[in-house]
Amino acid sequence: MRTIARVAVSVFRESVRNKVLYSLVCFAVLLISTAYLIGQLTAGQDIKIIKDLGLAAISIFGLLIAVFLGITLVWKEIEQRSIYSMLAKPLSRSEFVLGKYAGLALTLVVNVGLMGLAYYAMLAYMATTFPPEARAAWPAPAVDPALMKALGLILVELLLVTAVALFFSTFSSPFLSAVLTLAIWVIGTFDADLRNFESVVASPSAAALARGLYYLIPNFGAFDVKLQVVHGLPVSWDYVVTTAAYGAVYVVLLLTGAVAIFSRRDFK
Amino acid sequence: MDAIRTEALTKHYSVGFWRPRPYRALEGLTLSVGQGEVFGFLGPNGAGKTTTLKLLMQLIYPTSGHAEILGRPVGDVAVKRRIGFLPENPYFYDHLTAEELLEYVGALFGYSARECRARATARLDEVGIGAERRLQLRKFSKGMLQRVGIAQALINEPEVVFFDEPMSGLDPLGRREIRHLILRLRDRGATVFFSSHVLSDAEALCSQVAIVVGGRLVSSGHLTDLLALRVRGWELVMAGLSREAIERIPGVLRVTQVGVDRYVLELPLTPPPEQLLATCVAHGASLVSLNPIRDTLEDLFVRQVAAAGTDRGLSTPDARSPESTR
Ligand SMILES: Nc1ncnc2c1ncn2[C@@H]1O[C@H](COP(=O)(O)OP(=O)(O)O)[C@@H](O)[C@H]1O
Ligand SMILES: [Mg+2]
Repeated sequence: MRTIARVAVSVFRESVRNKVLYSLVCFAVLLISTAYLIGQLTAGQDIKIIKDLGLAAISIFGLLIAVFLGITLVWKEIEQRSIYSMLAKPLSRSEFVLGKYAGLALTLVVNVGLMGLAYYAMLAYMATTFPPEARAAWPAPAVDPALMKALGLILVELLLVTAVALFFSTFSSPFLSAVLTLAIWVIGTFDADLRNFESVVASPSAAALARGLYYLIPNFGAFDVKLQVVHGLPVSWDYVVTTAAYGAVYVVLLLTGAVAIFSRRDFK
Repeated sequence: MDAIRTEALTKHYSVGFWRPRPYRALEGLTLSVGQGEVFGFLGPNGAGKTTTLKLLMQLIYPTSGHAEILGRPVGDVAVKRRIGFLPENPYFYDHLTAEELLEYVGALFGYSARECRARATARLDEVGIGAERRLQLRKFSKGMLQRVGIAQALINEPEVVFFDEPMSGLDPLGRREIRHLILRLRDRGATVFFSSHVLSDAEALCSQVAIVVGGRLVSSGHLTDLLALRVRGWELVMAGLSREAIERIPGVLRVTQVGVDRYVLELPLTPPPEQLLATCVAHGASLVSLNPIRDTLEDLFVRQVAAAGTDRGLSTPDARSPESTR
């Protein structure tokens, strides 16, 4: 456990020094701030669109960070052969993989946290620019704690995407891993459509494939509660917790697979 | 208990994309290295040295066979606490400084932050990395990385040290420093197992050697005992003899004139040269030098490489040439 924590801390330190990551986070924060400008342009009597844009920016940039880090981290270690000296140290291969994941998770938590702070700061400032009559008409306040639910589920989704990326990166190239990870994310996001696929296509085998994918691939759509919270509709804590647990199950399965593959492979 | 033991250790790679064929990187290596020895693992490029070290570090799994370090199967985390490893052409996290890398490595051994720092400083001093230790490793030259690699391998004062080509990338001064370092490790009681294709390294350091060529062990033992390295003749340098007198000496294999009246005579191993020497001296010649002629390891390599041929494929006849499979 301590070994895993040590590996995780070193991953976090690496990510802090990673220029690509830096620029992604900075750019996201910038974009969240410009939601303010967009709000000004769109007649400006409603904050909903700004809230929605901000959350979308956080989840898109989070996704980029998760995929980028998830696919490059382990692969780079193998490609540059730094893994040779590391695996000779007193740690097992599973501790190595789990440490990497824990470090990625820590990085994501911090980054989503930072983006979330920027988001709330932007909303707080925005609120002051609206007249009180306009504010009274909003379905939810500008600085709405319910947004945390959306942010939390975005984080869970990103942790899951990272696990998918890490899983693929234990046996394939970054390019292939990126393609596969994004494919899974896209399919998982439009999961609900897969279910209805059989009513659209005639071929029974295509329908069976679609159904198989539906059950195998996590339903990423479930993590998206942006619209509800932005419109002030209730999202129950039950739902948040259940969905997070659903994500956690997938993460555990993927990490188990990643460890199994990583422990058996040769580093040539 | 031996420090290192391998039993019929074998690694086949499969090569070729469309039609994968097995390729023998290492075939049936059986070795044992006693504790406290400096063991030279020698062979030309592509002999299977790195493959062996990777098997010992469990970076790759053997096709068949078995390997042990300090009496435990390789890969055992408890054993990894007691060993050190320098990979071939080492590379490390390049966003870290040399100091940070060593501290991280120390942390993996569970040392306190203070102890990590102390050990990092000591090891970097030992390998001659000075103020550069505060630079990110991406700014390090090959030779400096090699030194950092040695430092990180020794952070835990290992009982068994594995070095893959420790001298590569180093200048002559650096090579000498590493030689001294290996001897210091030996004096401390550590076992040192190092691979090299540079034979003078081994001749200066090792008590025992093994020679691999083409994935197979061709000889092992005391360097001086190696059958292939036995004395095969004598080289006698004489002065003060005339050409005619020399021509009359029986059994001389070759004569080379090296000075006005100085000649190098190559003599067979038997009869012993004492008799001949006495005769020459009686005729007024003086002895300049008498040396045994040995095969050098280079000679051995050249011969073994030729003898081992290139047959490393397993089944199909066209797998015979590794050049065509790489
Ligand atoms: N991943 C691999 N796939 C196929 N062949 C390999 C691989 N790694 C090494 N080999 C081959 O195995 C042989 C032994 O390699 P190696 O152990 O690196 O030799 P060296 O003695 O120079 O360290 C070489 O001929 C090399 O080409
Ligand atoms: Mg090698």
